[in-house]
Parts: sequence; C-alpha cells; structure tokens
Amino acid sequence: MSDTVVSISGWKPNPRAARRRSADHVATAFGMVMAGILVLVLASILWTLLSRGLAGLSAAAIMKPMGPPGSSSGLANAIVGSLIQTFLALLLATPLGLGCGIYLSEYGTDTNKFASCVRFVSDVLMSVPSILVGLFVYQVMVAPFGHFSALAGSVALAILAVPIIVRTTEDMLRLVPTAMREAGAALGATRWRVTLSLCLRSAKTGVLTGILLALARVSGETAPLLFTSLGNQNWSFSLTRPMASLPVTIYQYAGASYEDWVQLAWAGALLVTMGVLAINIAVRVSARRA
Amino acid sequence: MTLATATPSEEARDKAGASRSGSRRSGPDTAFHFLVAASALLVLVVLGGLVVLMGVGGSQAFRTFGLGFAVHDVWNPVADLYGAWAPLFGTIVSTLIGVAIALPLAFGTAFWLTAMAPPRIAAIVGTAVQLLAAVPSIIFGMWGFFTIVPFMARTVQPFLTHHFKHVPGIKFIIHGAPFGTGLMTAGLVLAVMIAPFMTAVMRDVFAAMPNMLRESAYGLGATRWDVMWKVVVPWSRSGMIGAIVLGMGRALGETMAVTFVIGNVTDVGWSLFAPRSTVASLIALQFPESPAGSLRLSALLALGFILMLLSFASLALARMLRGNTK
Repeated sequence: MSDTVVSISGWKPNPRAARRRSADHVATAFGMVMAGILVLVLASILWTLLSRGLAGLSAAAIMKPMGPPGSSSGLANAIVGSLIQTFLALLLATPLGLGCGIYLSEYGTDTNKFASCVRFVSDVLMSVPSILVGLFVYQVMVAPFGHFSALAGSVALAILAVPIIVRTTEDMLRLVPTAMREAGAALGATRWRVTLSLCLRSAKTGVLTGILLALARVSGETAPLLFTSLGNQNWSFSLTRPMASLPVTIYQYAGASYEDWVQLAWAGALLVTMGVLAINIAVRVSARRA
Repeated sequence: MTLATATPSEEARDKAGASRSGSRRSGPDTAFHFLVAASALLVLVVLGGLVVLMGVGGSQAFRTFGLGFAVHDVWNPVADLYGAWAPLFGTIVSTLIGVAIALPLAFGTAFWLTAMAPPRIAAIVGTAVQLLAAVPSIIFGMWGFFTIVPFMARTVQPFLTHHFKHVPGIKFIIHGAPFGTGLMTAGLVLAVMIAPFMTAVMRDVFAAMPNMLRESAYGLGATRWDVMWKVVVPWSRSGMIGAIVLGMGRALGETMAVTFVIGNVTDVGWSLFAPRSTVASLIALQFPESPAGSLRLSALLALGFILMLLSFASLALARMLRGNTK
C-alpha cells in the first residue's frame, strides 16, 4: 500500500503511468480505426446505391408499369402500390396507436395491471421479426379468403406501425404538465375534452413525429408483404387483389438474371432509401425548429 | 421527475372520475374511456393472436416430431422430414458473428464520437449514423449480394483456402467451395446493418452521463481511455447492454438482408463459408411453396414460433439486465 503511494507521488516517470499512456494510445487508435471503417463501409453502401440507382433511374422507370425483361418496363405500378398500401396502413394504425397511447398515458397509472401489460406487449410487438407479422396476417386474412390482397398487406404494415405510434404518443402525452390537465378540469371541461383538445393538441408535434417515423419504418418493409399482398406485374387498384409494391419488386428483380431488371431493382432501392431518408430528415428539421 | 409528480394527481383524478360517473357529463367520458381502452385491448389481442396462431399452426409439426423437432438437423421436404436445428443453428451463429463484429465497430465509433471527434464533425457523423440506422434492411441485402458475396468468393475465400487449408482447427471453419454465400457473409451484412443502430444508442447513452463525472476524472489525471473504461462504461453499462441486446434482436429476425447472402441450404456444419439458412430466410423462401394444411407449412409455423420465443427472450433479457443494474 505505502509502496504504491510512494511510487505515484514520486516525480520519476513510473511504469504504471507509461502503461496507462500506451493503453490510451492504443484505445485512441482503435476508436479512430473503428469509426473510420464504419463511416467508409456506410459511405460505400450509399455510393453503390447512388451510382447504380441513378444509372437505372429514368423517366421511363417511373412512368411505365412493370413488364417482362427486355421490354423497357418501369416501376410505376409498384410505386403507386407502395404508396396506396403504406398510406392505408397509416390510416389503420394512427387511430389505433393514438387510442392506445392515450389510454396508457391518461388511464394507465402505475397500479393499472392491464395498462402495464399492454405497455409490455406493445414493446414486444415493436421488436417482433417482421416476417412473423406477415405469417400471422397470412393466416388471418389470406388463407381464409383463398387469395392474396392489398388490404392484407396494409394490415401487416399497420401492425408494425402501431407500436411505434403508441410509444411516442404515450411519451409525448406524459410530457404535458399536470397543471394543464388540472386547468382544463377546473374550467369544467370533461376528461375527453381535456385529453383531446388540451393534451393531444399541445403534444401535436411529438405525436406527428411518431407517425412519420412509423411511416418511414414501414415504407421499406419487404418481409411482411411477401405473403400478404404478394406483388403484381400489372396495374391494380383493387384492395382485394394482389398489389405490387416497391420493396417486393426490388426483392424479385434483384435476384433475377436479367440486366434490365437488376437495374430497375437498384433504381427502386434508391427511390425507397431516398423516401425513408427524406422523412427522417424532415422529422429532424422540424424537431430542431420546435 | 414529472412522472413522480404526475402519478398521485392522476390517481386522484381517477377517483374523481369514478365519483362523478353518475353525473350528466359521464356519457361521452365513459364512451371515450371505453374507446381508448378498446384500442389498448386490440393491441394486446394482436400479439396474443400472433403467438397463439403460430403455436396452433405449428402444433402438427410439434406433435409429429415431438420435442426432437428443435434438435433434429434434417430438413427434407421430399421425405417430409423436418427438424429445426439447421435453420436455428444458422440464425444463432449468423447473429453471434454479426454482434461480435458490430460491437467493436459501434463501441469504437461511439468512443470516438463522444471523446475525440471535433464537435462539428461529431455532429455530422452522428446524424449520418442515426439516419443510416433507418435505411430499410433490403438495401443492406442488395449491397451484400452485389458487393460482399463476389468479394468473399473471389478474394477472401481463395486467400483463406490457400493459406490455412492445412492448419488444424481452422481448416474446418473455412472449408467449402468459394460460393461467397454463407454464415460469415450473412454475419458481416448483419453487422453493417445493426452497427449504426448500436452506435446511435451507445452515443446517446455515453452523452447522457453528467459532465461533472468526466471532468472530475480528467482532473485526477486520468487518460481518455481511463475515463472511458473506468467511468463512462460502468456508468452506462445497462444502456450499453440494452443497445447490444436490441441489435441482437434485430439480427435474429432479419429476413431480407440475410436471404440474399446466406445461400439457403438447410445444412449444419463447422464451416462458416458454406451456404446455410436461417429461420427467417427459410420461411421467406419455402412458405410460398408450402400448400395449406401440409406438414411443411406446419413445420415452418413451428419455426416461426421458436423465432418468436427467441426474440421474446432477448427482449426479456434486455429488460432484466436493465432492471438489475439500476
């Protein structure tokens, strides 16, 4: 004990300090190398995506529907199909997610067993492998009717979107000060008025962010659509029929051995990534401004 | 802080609501309560239905093969013999490789971002990493398929075979024709996919530590690494474990990034460079070919059930570890 004290307080450079210093050098180099590798790899992904995606991206790729290889086809029906299914999914998920989030924050006190159960389940749902959601919806909405449908695809996406909306809604409503609720109640407003017109209104930006993040999450999902909306080579606007979607088309085309299909797959991948990134950037910018 | 103050008054409000329930205003209030409670119930029902349907659908396979289903390594649709071990093995090994590669990447990057990088660059790189965590997994799959697979097949595998062919111990791991697909490729792609996510979470956790602690340590003469290893890491251990387990959970259930690069052969072996399959990739590929009511479909659903349990277990583990260290 006294030995170490003497060696630390001595002015001579001691081996322990040297060891610590060299460990620090090694760790510094390690951190820099790791950050460098990660940044380089991610940049290479973006570069591959941009260079190959831009090569395949053209007016025809966006305007023309899918077709057989070698026929100068495009992705138009897949793009429209993706938009329809994603927005339908949001239409289904938003009321449900808002309702559940409101319940958890406004009625789900710590003593409420049901609420803590729902909260846990919602967290589990957020990390469920998305392909299992596809299997589930297949069994519930495809197998009984005997055919794939765009509606089933939307429901599968909605199941993935709901837990995200629930979590952000609950978190944002909890940030609303209790004094606001009490002020509303003191003015004679009923509880639903207080919740909807005061709490939800003041938490509007945060809740909207949650919905946008859910949109970004589901718009690139492929696995849950494989067994639900299946994909379609032709234009289809019927919700009870199979419908094309961008991610599923990418999956089908990327593995194909036709050069023009692979190019379309890259163009589609670029479109999906840009869409997702644009939503995320929009969320960030609005959050900074708020 | 806000939670602690909100709870008692919320309870008081509950009581007030209950005593007021006979009044004129209670109609819409009750309806509203009912509505939001119903949507909460629906969320519960969806997950319950997911678990139950998966279990019921897989029951035929569980009945036919018994508990041996989980450890049997044959997946033979021609003979109608199914065992879950091959895809489970692929899932577990590829996930472990992915986490093992992603962990130093994420930790090192988070270390660099919080302790070394100039603030402006740290802000840019940090935002970029966060944005990349949101890129859809199919993009990583495509990148792996067109970049990593040829790289493995033409460069890495020939190199390893040439130099380590006769080294005992290693030669089993690198055994196999240079297809480029396999557990190692899948692990690499998974690592690249989960590393941004893990980095973003770790950076948030590190940055959440009070600056006072950091400054005190520096004031005592600690080096950067001393501060990291003896102050930041112990302080944020639970958050770091949470980041690792969440990344692991993502890798476990990942379908699209893996299906492109795993090679899809239901086999078990030591080689990390031979084509294998994972639970999710097997479901994605074989489900469309499985007729309703067949034993194969049931076996796939049983696989889904096991995957569900795995992801459930990883989430529970994350919560438990977080609870213990708090």
